Amino acid sequence: MFPEIISARNVRNSIDGFVDYLVINYADGLNRMSEPILAALVWLEQLLRNAPWWSIIIVTMLIAYGMSRRIAFSLGMGAMLFLLGAMGLWDAGMQTLSLMIMATGISIIIGIPIGILMSKFNRFRSVMLPALDIMQTMPSFVYLIPVVMLFGLGKIPAIIATVIYAVPPVIRLTDLGIRLVDAEVLEASRAFGASSTQQLFGVQIPLALPNIMAGINQTTMMALSMVVIASMIGARGLGYEVLLGINRLEVGRGLLAGLGIVILAVIFDRITQSYGKRKQIRGAR
Amino acid sequence: MNKIEVKNIYKIFGKHPEKWLEAVKQGMSKEELLAKSKHTLGLKDISLNIEEGSIYVIMGLSGSGKSTLIRHFNRLIEPTAGQILVDGTDVTTLGKKELEKFRQKTMSMVFQRFGLLPHKTTLENAAYGLNIQGVSKEKAQETARYWLEQVGLAGFENQYPNQLSGGMQQRVGLARALATDAEILLMDEAFSALDPLIRREMQNQLLELQSRLNKTIVFITHDLDEALRLGNRIAILKDGELIQEGTPEDILLSPNNEYVEAFLHDVNRSKILNAGHAVNKTRLTLTMRTRPALALERMKQYDYQFAPVLDGNLFAGILKLDDAEQAVRSGLRDISSLVRDIVSVPASTGLDAVLTHMLQSNQPVAVTDENDQFLGMMSRTKVVELVSTDTPNNESPDEGKQPASDTPEAGQSDSGNTGDTASAETVPSTANPETVTAPEAEVDTNKTAEKPASEEPRKPAA
Repeated sequence: MFPEIISARNVRNSIDGFVDYLVINYADGLNRMSEPILAALVWLEQLLRNAPWWSIIIVTMLIAYGMSRRIAFSLGMGAMLFLLGAMGLWDAGMQTLSLMIMATGISIIIGIPIGILMSKFNRFRSVMLPALDIMQTMPSFVYLIPVVMLFGLGKIPAIIATVIYAVPPVIRLTDLGIRLVDAEVLEASRAFGASSTQQLFGVQIPLALPNIMAGINQTTMMALSMVVIASMIGARGLGYEVLLGINRLEVGRGLLAGLGIVILAVIFDRITQSYGKRKQIRGAR
Repeated sequence: MNKIEVKNIYKIFGKHPEKWLEAVKQGMSKEELLAKSKHTLGLKDISLNIEEGSIYVIMGLSGSGKSTLIRHFNRLIEPTAGQILVDGTDVTTLGKKELEKFRQKTMSMVFQRFGLLPHKTTLENAAYGLNIQGVSKEKAQETARYWLEQVGLAGFENQYPNQLSGGMQQRVGLARALATDAEILLMDEAFSALDPLIRREMQNQLLELQSRLNKTIVFITHDLDEALRLGNRIAILKDGELIQEGTPEDILLSPNNEYVEAFLHDVNRSKILNAGHAVNKTRLTLTMRTRPALALERMKQYDYQFAPVLDGNLFAGILKLDDAEQAVRSGLRDISSLVRDIVSVPASTGLDAVLTHMLQSNQPVAVTDENDQFLGMMSRTKVVELVSTDTPNNESPDEGKQPASDTPEAGQSDSGNTGDTASAETVPSTANPETVTAPEAEVDTNKTAEKPASEEPRKPAA
């Protein structure tokens, strides 16, 4: 037996007490703070679900073309989205899509500035790195419970859980990308009297963009992999279909919904990658 | 006038440079500092004066601190101690905003690996400095276009850097630096990454631009040939210390120590040195009106086979010993009719050209200055000595100090100039009696006397 040095029971109890305290005192405030996000998410979901299906496909193809400048590629993306609808998963797919866009958007908004700060301050970086490790490896149910206690079942806890799980790649790769910027290019911009803002937006971020895009790509992939878990706490969509399939032992339902998730993943992945690739080719030395 | 004055710059890399500054000032060596404190001595007591409108070359091998030094000028690296005055303003005291302004307006920089923005076109890159200054887009691009044209890149405005060759990329870097119209141009090993042909081309272009623009250029290189070619003055660094500073000729002809000498070893000296460096000051000059008997006597006294003859200050030709004897026998009044024409070259002729000439003919060669005035005779021994890198060159160019036993070089063994080397120190002081002039032409005496005398020799005419 390992000797008892600290009482695990006491630690557990005090953590439980702390979460209870948070729930009692701050749940309302946090809920109110999350309302704008919820409103935006609901609006986005309504938009995607109510828009005619062909318009969504056309917009997707346009985005694909804008990112890659390849016609065959964007036609392929449109065809895959069409396939999603053809499998009878359009509505659920749009719900998942809106959740993903929201979660990815929040991840980027949080992740890129944190990544920039990490690249600038070594001390902040050394604090953040273990925190990112925890976020990526901690089983998501562990933080789902307190989040559900604070926000109740629904879309908000689903988004929070997704962001916690999905944000590390974009942070890491932003940090890495900025650190990898050619020192001489940066020095040149300093030598010409660029302020630190001019250096950041004129040199560091543009040159780190391929890496940042790779981070965003990874973030979307990880967000998608969270949709099944998120569906357990009340986010509907493709994940819910998978869950239903499991509960009712309907393998076909589960498999089709799973394929739907894969289709969305492939579309997101290829579009973001093709953008990063194009940047990289042009920027290669 | 000094554009940039560097005063006692010290740079120590490490966590607490101030703590070790005193010790370094007391003379602690780089190795000792590293062993005791894990601090690296970057620069030690560097002071330089850089004249306005000149190209100042700082050279040294990698690790000598030359790139560190140039980055002090625009404070990309902060000095540990010391001052840098640009137009009398101490750069080290500038605040953040002032420093940005200073970098925008006063100094621009060209980098070894170009430092171009890969995501911007050539035109946008050239306009970068102006964009930073907040110049309007049209105006910046117009200026950038002009400078791209000046460096020979018209038509490449919309290419991206990775579509250009190294030489072209560096031209973009140069255009970017010139576009800000800064008075000072810092060039950090700007041509080192280019292949030799392109490098030469860029050097020529830089010299050509400089002749029109008259910027103050600080040029870093590890290549002595490049330094000698471009520099009005050269400073040589080693391990963060200034080893020698001077004009290219100073460095080439009187290196301070073995380190500099080792540097000089691979230099193509014949391209830098010219005929003027290989002149032997004449111990004996004749004038057109010298009496043959006197000429003969003097030539025999010095054991010369011929002697240069002046007409006024202009070089007229040489008088050969045989001819002098002939003249005495036939009782000529003066030697003017016997003077033979020989080749004379201006002092600015490169030694490489002189060498070719020397190899083609055995005739003696006279050296004149730009006004055609006689300077002296070309010394074959000296030419060979200057061009050869093996000969220790601390023998000053003025004179060999050895007595009359200069062994002729193999290729010219027939010239037999044994015994012709005279010690020059004695000559100027006793120049008057040595200079043989016709007694009836006293006026000429002074003029000629000022001319140092010929030691070059009794080279038999071929």
